[in-house]
Amino acid sequence: MEYNTAIPIYLQVMTSIKRDIVTGRIQPGEKLPSVRDLAVQYSINPNTVSRVYRELEMEKVCFTRRGMGTFVTEDAEIVSQLRETMAQDLVGQFLEGIRGLGIPESEAARLLEKYGQQM
Amino acid sequence: MLECRGITKSYGRKTAVDHISLKLEPGHIYAMLGPNGSGKTTLMKMAAGLVKPNAGDFFYQGNPVGKESRREIAYMSTEPYFYSWMSAGDVGKYYEDFFDDFSMERYLSLLERMELTPDLKTKALSSGMMAKLKIAVTMARKAKVYLLDEPLNGIDLLARDVIVQTVIEECGPKVALVISSHLVDELERVVDTAIFMKEGHLVLMGDIEELRMERGKSVVDLYREIYGHMGEKAD
Repeated sequence: MEYNTAIPIYLQVMTSIKRDIVTGRIQPGEKLPSVRDLAVQYSINPNTVSRVYRELEMEKVCFTRRGMGTFVTEDAEIVSQLRETMAQDLVGQFLEGIRGLGIPESEAARLLEKYGQQM
Repeated sequence: MLECRGITKSYGRKTAVDHISLKLEPGHIYAMLGPNGSGKTTLMKMAAGLVKPNAGDFFYQGNPVGKESRREIAYMSTEPYFYSWMSAGDVGKYYEDFFDDFSMERYLSLLERMELTPDLKTKALSSGMMAKLKIAVTMARKAKVYLLDEPLNGIDLLARDVIVQTVIEECGPKVALVISSHLVDELERVVDTAIFMKEGHLVLMGDIEELRMERGKSVVDLYREIYGHMGEKAD
């Protein structure tokens, strides 16, 4: 994975895991790798991984079973909320870019319609 | 676990390390950063108990570093330190004799990962191969502290990945790892704490995720900010 090193790495790894959950690559209730294994997999510091798991837990996307590891939530409601929030963020980024070009927001929907199918 | 207070070392009129105080804790990977001549190597050698400070002390688990601490602190210097007649296998045996925590099994598996074989003569090694051999033999120790001085120098990109992976695997909650380098890029993802040194002083030490969050800057950005042209030259 490519990182933007000016942004905390733990946030980028969180996004990557959330994406895997939303797309179903990681299933509800599935056990996530150990801290060490995920650190090797993403080539990052183990403390960063601990932080990722801690934050995902706080957002209720994951939970820890003592002595057994970290698991993805089984709550479908949380997963669909996650999908919604991530989509919302992307729309926000899109609109920010559009505004940056000085194009009024009312135009944005038309542009999506026009170019969306080609992409 | 490893701590120094007001440590100072001069060579003649040049002060290599000037009143540095810092504390290293287990479970962390530290990057010791700074251009050549900023005191990184001297500080590491004092931590390894190989160079005596003029003032101040290094403590390991509360006791001054020395013969005892060397059993648990693995130090990899920049200078080559094997006899030229040795093969890679001999280097392993030599370490096995010296250090109780050395694992021959782990050494051989590390050699394999580095694409080296025990029969290779050290005098026939390229600088990149030598760098890999030094890493393999150092990381084959089950130490509590690893001090790696410029481990990525002269090593190709693929071998750097292997080294970075080895470092991550070794970093358990009871182990502290210090990597000195001016190849800041390579360390960004791997280390959690950066120690910036400049002309023998400690300029900045901090959790790099916090630094990213507070300042919106990468370690490379901070490096440029701290060293300016001086840092560019070192690269």
